[in-house]
Amino acid sequence: MLRADLQLIQDWIAPHSRVLDLGCGDGSFLAHLKTTRQIRDYGLEIDTANIQLCLEAGVNVLEQNMDKGLKNFGTGSFDTVILAHTLQALHRPDEIVDEMLRVGKNGILTFPNFAYWRHRLSLLTGGRMPKSPQLPYEWYDTPNLHHCTISDFDELCRLKNIKVLHRTVVDDSQHSSPLMRLCPNFFGINAIYHITR
Amino acid sequence: MEAPQKKIPADSVGLVAPQKLHFSEPLPLRSGRTIDQYDLMVETYGTLNSDASNGILICHALSGDHHAAGYYDAGNPKEKPGWWDCCIGPGKPFDTNRFFVVCLNNLGGCAGSTGPSSLNPETGKPFGPDFPIITVRDWVLSQARLADRLGIRQWAAVIGGSLGGMQVMRWAISHPERLRHALIIAAAPKLSAQNIAFNEVARQSIMSDPDFHQGRYYDFNTYPQKGVMLARMVGHITYLSDTLLREKFGKGAGENFGRDLRGGKLSFGFDVDFQIQSYLQYKGESFSKNFDANTYLLVTKTLDYFDPTVDYDGNLSKAFDKSACKFLVVSFSSDWRFPPERSREIVDALLQAKKDVSYLEIEAAEGHDSFLLPIPRYMKALQAYMNRVANECAGGKA
Repeated sequence: MLRADLQLIQDWIAPHSRVLDLGCGDGSFLAHLKTTRQIRDYGLEIDTANIQLCLEAGVNVLEQNMDKGLKNFGTGSFDTVILAHTLQALHRPDEIVDEMLRVGKNGILTFPNFAYWRHRLSLLTGGRMPKSPQLPYEWYDTPNLHHCTISDFDELCRLKNIKVLHRTVVDDSQHSSPLMRLCPNFFGINAIYHITR
Repeated sequence: MEAPQKKIPADSVGLVAPQKLHFSEPLPLRSGRTIDQYDLMVETYGTLNSDASNGILICHALSGDHHAAGYYDAGNPKEKPGWWDCCIGPGKPFDTNRFFVVCLNNLGGCAGSTGPSSLNPETGKPFGPDFPIITVRDWVLSQARLADRLGIRQWAAVIGGSLGGMQVMRWAISHPERLRHALIIAAAPKLSAQNIAFNEVARQSIMSDPDFHQGRYYDFNTYPQKGVMLARMVGHITYLSDTLLREKFGKGAGENFGRDLRGGKLSFGFDVDFQIQSYLQYKGESFSKNFDANTYLLVTKTLDYFDPTVDYDGNLSKAFDKSACKFLVVSFSSDWRFPPERSREIVDALLQAKKDVSYLEIEAAEGHDSFLLPIPRYMKALQAYMNRVANECAGGKA
């Protein structure tokens, strides 16, 4: 079963394109795209159990830490570079976004919107760091280093002259709603961006 | 009375026998010289399927040979199996129920294939130093002729560690239509100055042994055993890691840096004090009894000369341009002979050439020799990769 956000993303991936998935997990998304889009697949992963699953799934997986850069990938060597639910866990999210758009002609990334109203409310009323299905971690033991909001990311794109081709804001079942479209930074739980230069 | 039978494990290929194949078509060498005719010692495990699609070639490293798996002598309970027995056998990564596994002693070797210790038909004496320098390219050409002889047009996979991995690269570059998968393990695109330096120490050890006689020691009925022993000792150090040596020889009290003593106290002389000294001497000595000095010299030169970019303006990705196979590249964290960075150079070149490639960096303490060992993550990864290779073999079950 394909994760619902990935279901949305796949429509933005051209058939027969070269796709680099940063943090490709068990490789199931790449394997799926190989079948549905006949892509040339490459995934970066550092989790050894996931790497094993990628080998079993028959996708090209490279044991490489993207936090150490993507210098070994040529400029424009991919059509699409994907970064799903990892942006907030990187040391320099701004640099990886630049690298994504250097290596790829376009980029797709997803992240949890920290300005979702429940997160706001929990900070406002409880005075504690928000916890939710998307952010299940304690503040002292979380992979997430740089939380951001939809407005923050829009601002980053503006500063970097990045063109937003598509932006979708969804809830946990990956559904959008009129409220989310009206006020994404308040009602949106997850943000999905399709960007290019 | 019956001889004591050893217990052969169920996942072993069991008792095996090598065969010597003769080739009479001259082999042109990179050096410009030619070998008119030659023998190759070959071992095979498993069965070639009906459309000959399940053949895999195992390329050996510096001191390896054709005996990669199984046993020769049912009556010898002390016999060790072939050098890659952990990988080759029924249910193992190179599964002999599914693949036809081929391993040979390379040309210039000393385990039965034509080499410096073979008789030169022109003189009736061993070739010795007259045996031509063989390059990886020459080996791979001879392996391609072996494939022809076996009726294998295309290997399902060509696999090798260290110098074996270099042969795999040469296969992918020179014979792109003849393999579907390339497994390059603990290798490097070419030797570094440091690597060549260690080889030079090894060669000087052998050549300065008074029993070397310019490589004609066979005629003097002698053998530069001390030289080969020294060469192997220095080589052996580069195959292991500091961490491993500390563990292996640090079983005494507390953290002692692997300085376990052999006799319990210091001798205040120049004899063996520490366990590592006797271990190294033992390793060097036992190797020197079974390995030809001229072959050792030759193979270190083969290593030094390996440079697949030589016809491609020094550009490795250009060299891989015509390769049509998929690649698996594996390195080991504690390997300082061919460290992970060297494998990543191979991976980066393959990426640049837009080839299918997977890369694993296995955490292991055993240094360069890790590639020979049944490290669980490494075995699982090979198993997963080869399982898919086996599924692609059109002829199905062997």
